[in-house]
Amino acid sequence: MKSLISINDFNKEEILQVLDLAGKYEKDTNRPIYKDKVIACIFFEPSTRTRLSFETAANRLGARVIGFSSLNATSISKGESLKDTIKMVSNYADMIVMRHPLDGAARYASEIAGCPIVNAGDGANQHPTQTLLDMYSIWKTQGTLENLSITMVGDLKYGRTVHSLLQAMSHFNPRFRFVSCDELAIPREYKNFLDSRGIPYSEHKLLEGQILNTDILYMTRIQQERFQDPMEFEKVRNLMSLDASMLTGARPNLRILHPLPRVNEIATDVDDRPEAYYFEQARNGVYTRMGIITYLMNQ
Amino acid sequence: MENKKKLKVSAIRNGTVIDRIPAGELFHVIEILGLARGNFQMTFGTNLESKVLGTKSIIKISDKFFEEDDVNRIALVAPDAILNIIREYQVVEKRPVVIPPEICGLVRCLNPRCITNHEPVKTRFTTGITPEGLVLRCHYCEKETGQKHLQIINNN
Repeated sequence: MKSLISINDFNKEEILQVLDLAGKYEKDTNRPIYKDKVIACIFFEPSTRTRLSFETAANRLGARVIGFSSLNATSISKGESLKDTIKMVSNYADMIVMRHPLDGAARYASEIAGCPIVNAGDGANQHPTQTLLDMYSIWKTQGTLENLSITMVGDLKYGRTVHSLLQAMSHFNPRFRFVSCDELAIPREYKNFLDSRGIPYSEHKLLEGQILNTDILYMTRIQQERFQDPMEFEKVRNLMSLDASMLTGARPNLRILHPLPRVNEIATDVDDRPEAYYFEQARNGVYTRMGIITYLMNQ
Repeated sequence: MENKKKLKVSAIRNGTVIDRIPAGELFHVIEILGLARGNFQMTFGTNLESKVLGTKSIIKISDKFFEEDDVNRIALVAPDAILNIIREYQVVEKRPVVIPPEICGLVRCLNPRCITNHEPVKTRFTTGITPEGLVLRCHYCEKETGQKHLQIINNN
């Protein structure tokens, strides 16, 4: 029995197997192979995209879906512990997909449950299925994951998708550029991680000038609440925003990814450009999650 | 010189002498090893002169011998500590402590949003050395706690 809690739980071969399955499901989306299975989607905090994407993936695989997306109607509102909730749900389901506001909740659940756990986000820690769908999008648009130049922009300090993607891509000989202000710079522990693997990276404060020679531009949302001074937020945001004019001279294979929701870090004039891939990226979530469910069910 | 030391902390016949404990970490070491709850004879000295550490603490425990895994837990607060195994007043073995690869139930996770600070979960860390020194990586929230931020869990 295997769970997916952190992107580090999957080695290079396992990542490639999931992406291969996702590719097959994209070609043939309705494959009801798990008619005899029940998948619990338990969301301890609100989510629309991830929850609907998982439920769609489970339904397209023929599984029946149980769960909750609000705590109001559950025993958790009566003070039930996470341990007791997980014990109870794992009696009913063949797999649990869970989101929880606390870091490490999914790992803890995987030690309690009698069925595989898929982490659909645990606080600020990990969101490995987002990472796999990002990787599927990269693989699909570039034809490979190897030797790519990846520029990550925005909130590199708190953005869990940035940290997980960085760790996962480290299997594939990447080069990174990080664009952010000092307040949201990539944490030291991730730079140590890249140093230990001999992966080259550089840091920049201004997005302009960093787009040439990039294969993947990974944009993230900058949250205003990270800044005490609203003026400072405005200044910083402008340095890291993308508009269509900045794409002149970019590589033809450049694709722009964003885990969504976006606010205004990508101007709407980018949406119609061939480099814009963030809406297709979101659609890839269903195929990738079908691949993840299949891979874990087979373990 | 040897006589002066004996005057400060008396010799034991059989047992363990833990030397080179940083002066400020004495009570952490006592806590980590559970010595406050034992019924063995124990003497300790603190703020003693030390060529290596400047000042140090020393603990002598009669008729007590530690398992290696147990005693290595003190490496978090006393990485230079030396264990002297005493038999019939003679040091028969000197052993440095080694930082263990995994630490369970000993240290609190620094991340206030970690599940271990909200549910009754035993903490678990893997240890690592970075350019900034020793770090503990939480098995649950995956955040790193540096040596200077370590908080020992009080089990009393």
